[in-house]
Amino acid sequence: MNKVMLHVIETRNLRKAYGDFVAVDDVSFHLLPGECLGLLGPNGAGKTSTVRMIYGFSPMTDGELQVFGLDIRTDWRAIKARIGVCQQENNLDPDLTVIQNLQVFARYFDIPKAAAKAKAGELLHFIALQQRQKDTVTNLSGGMMRRLVLARALINDPELLILDEPTTGLDPQSRHQVWERLEELRANGLSILLTTHNMDEASHLCDRLIIMDHGKILVQGKPSWLVREYAGRDVVEVVNPSDELRSFVRTQPFMHDDLGRRIIIYGQEGEELFERIGRHFCKDDCIMRMATLEDVFLRLTGRELRE
Amino acid sequence: MSKMPSFQISRRFLRVWQRNYVVYQKTWKINFLTPLLEPLFYLLAFGYGMSALVGKVPFEGEELSYVIFITPSLLAIAMMYNAFFENTYASFVRMYYQKTFDAMLATPLSLHEVITGEIIWGATKSLIATAIMLGVVTAFGLVHYPQALFVLPLSFLAGIAFGSIGMFFTGVTPSIEAFNLPIFLFVTPMFLFSGTFFPVAGLPGWAQKLAMVFPLTHLVNATRHLCLGSMNADVFWGVLYLAVFSVVFFPLALVVMQRRLIR
Repeated sequence: MNKVMLHVIETRNLRKAYGDFVAVDDVSFHLLPGECLGLLGPNGAGKTSTVRMIYGFSPMTDGELQVFGLDIRTDWRAIKARIGVCQQENNLDPDLTVIQNLQVFARYFDIPKAAAKAKAGELLHFIALQQRQKDTVTNLSGGMMRRLVLARALINDPELLILDEPTTGLDPQSRHQVWERLEELRANGLSILLTTHNMDEASHLCDRLIIMDHGKILVQGKPSWLVREYAGRDVVEVVNPSDELRSFVRTQPFMHDDLGRRIIIYGQEGEELFERIGRHFCKDDCIMRMATLEDVFLRLTGRELRE
Repeated sequence: MSKMPSFQISRRFLRVWQRNYVVYQKTWKINFLTPLLEPLFYLLAFGYGMSALVGKVPFEGEELSYVIFITPSLLAIAMMYNAFFENTYASFVRMYYQKTFDAMLATPLSLHEVITGEIIWGATKSLIATAIMLGVVTAFGLVHYPQALFVLPLSFLAGIAFGSIGMFFTGVTPSIEAFNLPIFLFVTPMFLFSGTFFPVAGLPGWAQKLAMVFPLTHLVNATRHLCLGSMNADVFWGVLYLAVFSVVFFPLALVVMQRRLIR
């Protein structure tokens, strides 16, 4: 195997500054071939700024960024020819029909007409929109548009697919439709980089996650490992906790968040501890559940609103 | 990394041109209607309605009928309008509302290719409209051949000049409504005072000097000579002026669009 393809994406101390504001601050990570890597973070964490540098849309301010072993600053055109991108907005071409959206886009990659036609047909089948190929895109539903954006990103048979919040604003049915398509692509070995703030999406699709905030990487790892490491195995949520519980929790070694009206206790192995809490401190207002990625996310990025 | 990137233009800009051409084809009947009917309306109103009041117009020692005088003006105005409006309103809609440029920038296209494709498309619309209008005025016997054929390449050059300045305004305008300003201060004065409906010589001295700055003055003049069947130094100077204008505003359009879109 070629040395340069060890990493599909490799960044070292990648930075993006807009004037005084640093949107991406010394970010270093890599993406392995065939891997689905998720960038997870609240609004304004620097996810979109990061991926925009990777697909050659925004010039980087500082650091190193290689895609397919090529430098984005010098080989941007060669890199962009091998990437498929779903940007955050549905920027389909409203002046064109469904099929024309694919065929005209294929031209931007210099794909010959016959090959583009065949590929467009195949992709419409893949996203189940063959029946609508002559429709203008403004007549499509939100979910259909998103699927078409995905198909458009695949027109050049990319080796890397970059998805910027692929399912934001979709209803659950449409979201699962998109996920199914993505799972199929992943199973076929396509390398995927996606940004999201949807925890289900992250744990559903990603082999590995990077949680970002304020332009920095907080943690990275497999979703299950992150949950175990940062939120434990089980969680007890106690509504209107008593003072006894508060002081009890403080004396114990396990992680907890005191939100005032609610205490969230993260248990590692401690089934006994949990039983004790259940027996002694809970009347009706205790919930015991599995720890989730959302716990990890909120613990690491805080609970304040991001606006 | 803060240095300005060098101009990155390959023949791929044609892909952007093709995109606009595909869209244009979908409504070609409507697109053809304006250049077909507009000269008819103008010739009817100005040529037949006004010429009784105006009589003959002096031009380079000749006496021209008013219809003959304004025919080249109509062609030149169409060249300006088609390119300028394509690269202001239409380009702005694609850039700002439809995010078409954003989508293109996720492909091997560079921003400079996108903008070049847009400007060349504006010039193409100028050429198409001019060709149709030339057909109409030819049917009325108002132009001389073969010299009038040179109006076609001239319309393409004029399209690049007016498209570039339009694209420059697109790069700096805060909103689509703000296009009213360059139209009111730049396009409308040109439409009225560039030797279009009366000779520049009819203006006071200071205004004549100002009119010589307008690219439309030079375009009207060159077009008029060609339509009258003369291929002379005035045509050359007109072409040169438009070429210089393009050489200045085309790179300027690229620079302001780069500043606007690449963040």
